[in-house]
Amino acid sequence: MDLSLLNQTLRDESQVKAEIEKIRRILTRRWVLMEICGGQTHAIMQSGLDQLLPPEIELVHGPGCPVCVTPLELIDKALAIAARPEVIFCSFGDMLRVPGSNRDLFALRASGADVRVVYSPLDAVKIAQQNPDRQVVFFAIGFETTAPPNAMSVLQAKRLGLKNYSVLVSQVLVPPAMHAILSSPHNRVEGFLLAGHVCTVMGYQDYLPIAEQYRVPMAVTGFEPLDLVRGIFTVVKLLENNQVRVENAYARVVKPEGNPAAQAIIQKVFQPVDRNWRGIGRIPLSGWGLRPEFAEFDAELRFDVAAIQTHESPLCIAGQILQGLKKPLDCPAFADPCTPQNPLGAPMVSAEGACAAYYRFARSSTLSKEG
Amino acid sequence: MADNSFPTMEGPFCPLPLKHDEQIILGHGSGGRLTHNLIKEIFLPYLSSPALQSGDDFARLTEASGELIVSTDCHIVSPLFFPGGDIGRLAVCGTVNDIAVSGAQPLYLTTGFILEEGLPVQTLVRILESMRLAAQEAGVQFVAGDTKVVEKGKADGLFITTTGIGFLPKGRIINGHQAQPGDVILVSGSIGDHGIAVLAERGELGFSAKIQSDVAPLNGLIQDLLTAAPHTHVLRDPTRGGLATTLNEIAAQSQVGMILYENKIPINPAVQAACEMLGFDPLYIANEGKIIAIVPPQEAEAALNAMHHHPYGKLASRIGEVTRNEPGRVLLKTNIGATRILDMLAGEILPRIC
Repeated sequence: MDLSLLNQTLRDESQVKAEIEKIRRILTRRWVLMEICGGQTHAIMQSGLDQLLPPEIELVHGPGCPVCVTPLELIDKALAIAARPEVIFCSFGDMLRVPGSNRDLFALRASGADVRVVYSPLDAVKIAQQNPDRQVVFFAIGFETTAPPNAMSVLQAKRLGLKNYSVLVSQVLVPPAMHAILSSPHNRVEGFLLAGHVCTVMGYQDYLPIAEQYRVPMAVTGFEPLDLVRGIFTVVKLLENNQVRVENAYARVVKPEGNPAAQAIIQKVFQPVDRNWRGIGRIPLSGWGLRPEFAEFDAELRFDVAAIQTHESPLCIAGQILQGLKKPLDCPAFADPCTPQNPLGAPMVSAEGACAAYYRFARSSTLSKEG
Repeated sequence: MADNSFPTMEGPFCPLPLKHDEQIILGHGSGGRLTHNLIKEIFLPYLSSPALQSGDDFARLTEASGELIVSTDCHIVSPLFFPGGDIGRLAVCGTVNDIAVSGAQPLYLTTGFILEEGLPVQTLVRILESMRLAAQEAGVQFVAGDTKVVEKGKADGLFITTTGIGFLPKGRIINGHQAQPGDVILVSGSIGDHGIAVLAERGELGFSAKIQSDVAPLNGLIQDLLTAAPHTHVLRDPTRGGLATTLNEIAAQSQVGMILYENKIPINPAVQAACEMLGFDPLYIANEGKIIAIVPPQEAEAALNAMHHHPYGKLASRIGEVTRNEPGRVLLKTNIGATRILDMLAGEILPRIC
């Protein structure tokens, strides 16, 4: 890995500040921008970029944290499946601390369930090969970014003839979530920073009609401070010039058409389905589910987990935060009692969750509130 | 019969007891002859000292002057061997360093072993040799020890507990409560090496990384530092939880604020690369051969200079200052010039999803 680009350019104070100065020079009024992706929220708070931007730029944080929007009933299903003695339940590490109705996967593991953190779904397939007498279930969550490897794991399991591998799918998609946000009567978002990683896979053609329909400019944006400032500059310039376009401010990685090979794998395994979003509700055709020909790998069918009763904390305002209507500091439960150690809602869990990012990096400004 | 080399069960036959010198069996912990042989033939050649040779159940030690400093540490690392070290070196260095950060000179160690049935004796010997070398480097003696054996599956190869004893010169007060506004924060070298080396050796990175653990006894480095900066306020080795967590602990103990400069914190490029790919923050990754020193500003240059002249302090760096603001809180000046909170680690380190 070449770190010089990172350390000497993308995180370089003078270059970042010069780019911010460019924004300052063209600004004539306040603008509300949303960064879709939780990875960007994390990067903004981790670098402290929000403090350096002109005060006229308000960044609101989008729903692009896969851990945060995975619906409660699916987490409860995961807990029910993982509790079964024959199951080895594999998950990305982030999901282990997300609260279900009563407990989380960490607590389940402590009481004896075989819950394992994997870095890739292909590791889960390997575990299935090595444990033919156990049922291996992978928690296939995420946006368009995790879909190709998750789909690949199903294809690989099929090729290997594995009868003990299945996936609990909660794939969600960015464009339908943007429709949901923009069509809300409370919407404040005037421009978007598109999620660079999602566009790496899917390209950005799908966003043109959304930009046109709602008259909001967008920029494909990366994750380092300089990438983010360039994305913000691109959107602000479009807004100030009253232009509605989708521009690519992350061209060193993203191509307009995305990655066709990855898209082909997704198409082969998944089909569009309606999905519930935690805190937001049901959005039509906002996710992917397994195609009927891969039904044998569907953990929801393999294990009987249909009748799950869920219970969400009444204090948590995650839904409003995920839609950009409120900021974490607006929540009466922020930092007390809701903390990363004792989260009431998912945005306080993942590194990409807006509440966790505020808690970790920006609590100072709430000192008076914490008393 | 063509093949009569194996006795059959037909007819009178009394099998000889098998020799158990290749792997640990439960009998090695029985207290009987097997235990005695294990201690005499395997342990003593490596961990010898007059007190251990005496064969008593206690060690009588010569009284040294000053205050007595005692520390205990348990070691359960998996895998047992990793680039740059092993559980034995870790068990010696961890305790030596905990004593040394008080400003005391560590002199004696005691050690307890929990061995898992089936552990190859060769593995134990390698670990003991490593402990011997680390103790020799640190200038400490093993003066007491104990061994137990548990059934297969009840331990991960072996667990090692060590207790250290050292003596602190009168009047020297170095602990987590002594940080004062205006003090300078130093770190003795690159951070995150140990944690990433162990993860890489476990095969959990999904790619190979040539990263060595930094595990080392730091009492020599600390003595040099204290000679150069005798009014040092705080010393601590940032092990589990990493630099960020350790500094938060000190800020809370001393009720002071701290400001760190991200671009002054030394990080090995291979460690940074591994962290970038996995979404880890090196400031939270464990170290086993680094110290944080908090010193009065007038001694900072001398302290840094002394560390630079020691093999374990070549990359020592001035990374921040102690402040009066927001007691208990550590702030980080980021690479792009903003300021944000540097919090403690919350729970386990979890890799990011995308």
